[in-house]
Amino acid sequence: MTTRTDDAVGPRAGRGTLATELAESPAPPAARGFRTYRLRVPPVSGVFRPRLVAVCGALAAAVFLAFCWGLSFGDFPIALPDVVRALTGSGDPGTVLVVRELRLPRALVGLLAGAAFGVSGALFQTLTRNPLASPDMIGLTQGAGLAVVAGIVLGWDGGLGTQALGLLGALAAAVAVYTLAWRRGTTSYRIILVGIGVAWICTSATDYLVARGGRFQAQAALGWLVGNLNGRTWAHVTPLAVALGVLLPAALLLGRVLRTLQLGDDVARGLGTRVQAVHLAVLLTGVGLVAFGTAAAGPVAFVALAAPQIAQRLAGTAWPPALAAGLTGALLVLGSDLIARTLIPDTELPVGIVSGVLGAPVLLWLLVRANRAGSGG
Amino acid sequence: MSADSTSAPAGTAPAGTAATEAVFAGAPAPAAPAAPVTEAAAGDAADGSSPHPDLRAHGLRLAYDGKPVVDGLDLAVPPGRITAIVGANACGKSTLLRALARLLTPRAGAVRLDGRALQAVPARELARRLGILPQGPVAPEGLTVIDLVNRGRSPHQTWWRQWSRADEEAVHGALAATGMTELAHRPVDELSGGQRQRAWIAMAVAQGTPVLLLDEPTTYLDLAHQIDVLDLITDLNRSEERTVVMVLHDLNQACRYADHVIAMKRGRIVAEGAPAEVITAETVEDVFSLRCRVGTDPVSGTPLVLPMGRHHGAAAAPEGATAAESADVRLADVRLTDGP
Repeated sequence: MTTRTDDAVGPRAGRGTLATELAESPAPPAARGFRTYRLRVPPVSGVFRPRLVAVCGALAAAVFLAFCWGLSFGDFPIALPDVVRALTGSGDPGTVLVVRELRLPRALVGLLAGAAFGVSGALFQTLTRNPLASPDMIGLTQGAGLAVVAGIVLGWDGGLGTQALGLLGALAAAVAVYTLAWRRGTTSYRIILVGIGVAWICTSATDYLVARGGRFQAQAALGWLVGNLNGRTWAHVTPLAVALGVLLPAALLLGRVLRTLQLGDDVARGLGTRVQAVHLAVLLTGVGLVAFGTAAAGPVAFVALAAPQIAQRLAGTAWPPALAAGLTGALLVLGSDLIARTLIPDTELPVGIVSGVLGAPVLLWLLVRANRAGSGG
Repeated sequence: MSADSTSAPAGTAPAGTAATEAVFAGAPAPAAPAAPVTEAAAGDAADGSSPHPDLRAHGLRLAYDGKPVVDGLDLAVPPGRITAIVGANACGKSTLLRALARLLTPRAGAVRLDGRALQAVPARELARRLGILPQGPVAPEGLTVIDLVNRGRSPHQTWWRQWSRADEEAVHGALAATGMTELAHRPVDELSGGQRQRAWIAMAVAQGTPVLLLDEPTTYLDLAHQIDVLDLITDLNRSEERTVVMVLHDLNQACRYADHVIAMKRGRIVAEGAPAEVITAETVEDVFSLRCRVGTDPVSGTPLVLPMGRHHGAAAAPEGATAAESADVRLADVRLTDGP
């Protein structure tokens, strides 16, 4: 356009020319990692990312392997095929008893808690657009930890149980962080700063409780605080499984709305996302996941922070993919538990000690590799 | 959030909305053309009324933290035209744009789209009628252009239908219209500033809204890319009759590219109308507290603002005249029509 004369504001010529252009516009060059599918009946369509699907498949296989391997392990070693047979209910009754009653709860808590941490981390990191804003950095895990330790040391768990206490603690911490960070909406920067403050308050209070608690109680609290899969029973598994049955589908469904939120609150609103409602839904889902996970397995270090980032880099996406993050979290916890038990066979090393040692180098390696390749950050 | 407003009285639904809904309900129809045009056609076919959206504000009071920014503002956006809002920093022009997009809830008064208060329109329905590109949006690291543009389709998508034929056509069309087809699979953060802005505009184009609000779309761009982006916006307006409202800093660009200019000062509209009526030396001096001369742009024939600082053209009248004359010499056919 060079001149703006009167006829330029008059009736516009060529209405619909762009429509023609649109209908005939060339498809962008095909790229690896971006395929689309469309079915006529039912009218289902979407973008299909082969790499993400492959990563999820590989992770699921690895998780299954680690799960069965963990079950085969113990005072009476059981061969892997026998483990699988015992899981399906066939095979030697003794083996079935050992696998299903004694070892399965431990493995299931590891699997489910790991998945809960991974998915929760992915939710928070996507919501705040910041990898640092995972639940174990912003005080949620610490809040759950404080409530549970208070229950153990002060004997408050009468009637409530660890699960409920963990849930209440995480919720209270989340409410504290969100209200303190709130100022005409909230930014990830404020959430992280306030969250770190809340985390330290909870950690200090927990330390105080452990210090003043009786020797036996302190021991129990400390053992739980590092993240522990020892001596898990079905009583630990059932609430976690029920909670995940509700929260995991919710988290996966929220993944789609979170895509627009990733572009910033204003853009998301402009695209018809109800930002505050989504914030609330994500917050409740994420807090629920981390609270039930923590209540069952203790605050297993680093999983919620590292798993989504590892999954994102494996899948080559621009956001932490929730499903892959959950699988990575499960693999991290199960793998850490395996290592903890094989490293020092006589003592049962708590899983949280290993997960921190294991997760950090994997994340660092991925970061360094991405920097060298100059892509993906 | 008051987005859930199915309670809006049925009688207030504007004529075009039913048609719009029908079109989108049947979105997977084969070979549906671009959304806005479809809507226009459907609107014409359904009731013969103007397909153009009617966006207006009445008695608008806007405030941040109780501090009033805009008060008692009335505005009607000319449908199918490009409107530029100009004014000094902190005069409330971005605030007004945010209110027009419902990013800000008015303390008093209302913004109405086709007769319905924005607060009463469900979020997704509004997002199919009105798109906004805020200032300086940031894409997450590694997000590709096509992923970004596809997100513009989210008000049209459902959980299970995320790449319908209409989506595909809108995304490919938006990429083509913004010249981004070849860069579709490149990460947005690796693009140049101008390309990045084009990618964001492509997202807004793919959204397919009859109204497009842009907050300083040329900020941080070099001159060539500024012109490039403004030309692109003009193309969208001319060929698809999209109603565009944008906040612009550069008065000369506003004069060139806008059909309608709104000059704001301290939360009020000082003048509005065709650029030649609004951009006069008096208005500019009033709005920006800056003395200037306004000539005629030799390229476009629109007003050309020549600011006078303390060092140029401000002293005595004869010197000012000399400076203006030398400008005449250089620009060959700049005609000074207005002076202090």
